[in-house]
Amino acid sequence: MSILIDKNTRVICQGFTGSQGTFHSNQCIEYGTKLVGGVTPGRGGESHLGQPVFDTVADAVDETGAEASMIYVPAPFAADAILESVDAGIKVIACITEGIPVMDMLKVKAALDGSDVKLVGPNCPGVITPNQCKMGIMPGHIHKPGKIGIVSRSGTLTYEAVYQTTQSGLGQSTCVGIGGDPVHGLNFIDVLQMFEADSQTKGIVMVGEIGGTAEEEAAVYIKSKVRKPVVAYIAGVTAPPGKRMGHAGAIISGGKGTAKEKFAALDAAGVVTVRSPADIGARMLEFFV
Amino acid sequence: MNLHEYQAKGLFSRYGVPIPRGMKATSPAEARAAAKQLGGDVWVVKAQVHAGGRGKAGGVKVATTLDEVEHHAGEMLGTELRTAQTGGGGLPIHSVLVEEGLDIANELYLSLVVDRATRRVTFMASSEGGVDIEQVAATAPEKILSEAVSPVTGLQAYQCRKLGFGMGLTKDQVEKLGKVMMGLYALFSDSDASLVEINPLIVTANGELLALDAKLNLDDNALYRHKDLAELRDPSQEDMRENQAHEIGLNYVALDGNIGCMVNGAGLAMATMDMVKLHGGEPANFLDVGGGATAERVTKAFKLILSDQGVRAILVNIFGGIVRCDLIAAGVVSAAKEVGLSIPVVVRLQGTNVEVGRTILSEAGMNIIAADDLTDAAKQVVAAAK
Repeated sequence: MSILIDKNTRVICQGFTGSQGTFHSNQCIEYGTKLVGGVTPGRGGESHLGQPVFDTVADAVDETGAEASMIYVPAPFAADAILESVDAGIKVIACITEGIPVMDMLKVKAALDGSDVKLVGPNCPGVITPNQCKMGIMPGHIHKPGKIGIVSRSGTLTYEAVYQTTQSGLGQSTCVGIGGDPVHGLNFIDVLQMFEADSQTKGIVMVGEIGGTAEEEAAVYIKSKVRKPVVAYIAGVTAPPGKRMGHAGAIISGGKGTAKEKFAALDAAGVVTVRSPADIGARMLEFFV
Repeated sequence: MNLHEYQAKGLFSRYGVPIPRGMKATSPAEARAAAKQLGGDVWVVKAQVHAGGRGKAGGVKVATTLDEVEHHAGEMLGTELRTAQTGGGGLPIHSVLVEEGLDIANELYLSLVVDRATRRVTFMASSEGGVDIEQVAATAPEKILSEAVSPVTGLQAYQCRKLGFGMGLTKDQVEKLGKVMMGLYALFSDSDASLVEINPLIVTANGELLALDAKLNLDDNALYRHKDLAELRDPSQEDMRENQAHEIGLNYVALDGNIGCMVNGAGLAMATMDMVKLHGGEPANFLDVGGGATAERVTKAFKLILSDQGVRAILVNIFGGIVRCDLIAAGVVSAAKEVGLSIPVVVRLQGTNVEVGRTILSEAGMNIIAADDLTDAAKQVVAAAK
């Protein structure tokens, strides 16, 4: 098993014919993702990368039975794209787009309240179940099917964790990049819950960063609900307060959201924390020798 | 993006949030004329910089004569103000706000932020205004009230009443608070703000509520739909290098150390800084070159890092991913040649074609050290900077 997506997941791409959508859809098809079509308003009826293009997500779902969508549309139109997917009955959405206004995401979150739609991102690398389905911009070749679930707020830092768990032979069940924005879809707890329930996942890597309190909340959850080993790393020990470190969500404000507080909360919850991201793989391997 | 107090107050006024009468001035003579026009016998001269803590730093002065207004303005304008919030350096004072002096009976605190936990725009209010709100949060958290606004229904009158009566206001004052809150919420939504803060929100001797101070931060991601607000930007209040970086599409934050860092991805960039520190070095900057680490971007990034005179060595950490490592390596070499790099550069590459990439680096005949892994890279650059 895996979480969110597998080899049978029927995926469409929103922003299909744009440069990003084209490049990454192609990469996903080569990886083996069951990409069944794409959406670009006004281009319905055409064919792109050997797959049908639709004007609306609703058309795409009707024609292809798509259950998942990856979104590459520009930031001003991304919230609309997410809501269109939700409206059309898509169940797993990976929104890669960076730079969506926070007010737009507040509306999206309100619309998602009480629904069973799983939104990954925005401002994230996406989600991948190795050798089965890749929905996003991550380099497929560094992944390897295996037993570690990875959940992270960062892109390239996720690749580090993936690379190390591949090198150590553990491999990954599913990797989820939840994104670097302050308001996003699935949070750490949502994904931890899925990994805890997934039989393939034997250990969990959690990569957090400064800003907000999601890591502290995850620590409380892990202490009471997660029995599988968790290795965690938090980026931004050296980040100065009040400065936005690239990600919109990575900012220490009002003295809150520091890496120190997050490490302390995770340590208190019995999570194995590493101070160097280079130690993630080795530390996880210790649980399996 | 941050706005000046006078700009924020201009917007407050448009949304029916009462503010003291005041005028912006850019010269002592203008300040005097402003005070004269405002009338009365007491004025406040306030330095316009993008930082809090101005009062304690001498950026807010009371005057009881026109001469004094002119004098205070003259002492502030053209100088730099260092407050507890400006970090090491100061911020230039190019304008002052001259306001009427008011008889203050009570000082409150009111702000609006996006609460990440509840994913709601949330009001925070306290009867303990005029002081550092973080201090109130630490010592008397029960005195901070909050009220989250649903994006579906918007702000409701009962929420304003809850906060008003909760702060111990009279019925009349609660009604006035309601108008302030409705105005602020509309301003927040309309302008895609990320923070609106009034500290203090005063109750005058006459029972009026006024925003004595005003802080307004905007969501940079939404500026594309607020061209009028984007024009209010004051680059003189921002870090020059950070601005340059922004213009060429790089994320850069200046720090105090001597090891320049160039990384792809924000999380990995922070982690790289942390590793430098972990191995005994001090990072000079945060720099995310983004997903497409092309030769052009790498060249620009090198130039930016080298514009910081304190940098003694550079660590390049690129997780290639979809971008090929040999292309990145070639980019690093050509960029190093173009900028005439004289300090050591440690490069850690990972991803496709990594071996070819390392060969390109080591055969370049330059002061470029190819590191084996993340830990090795951090150790090598710390050693090189000594």
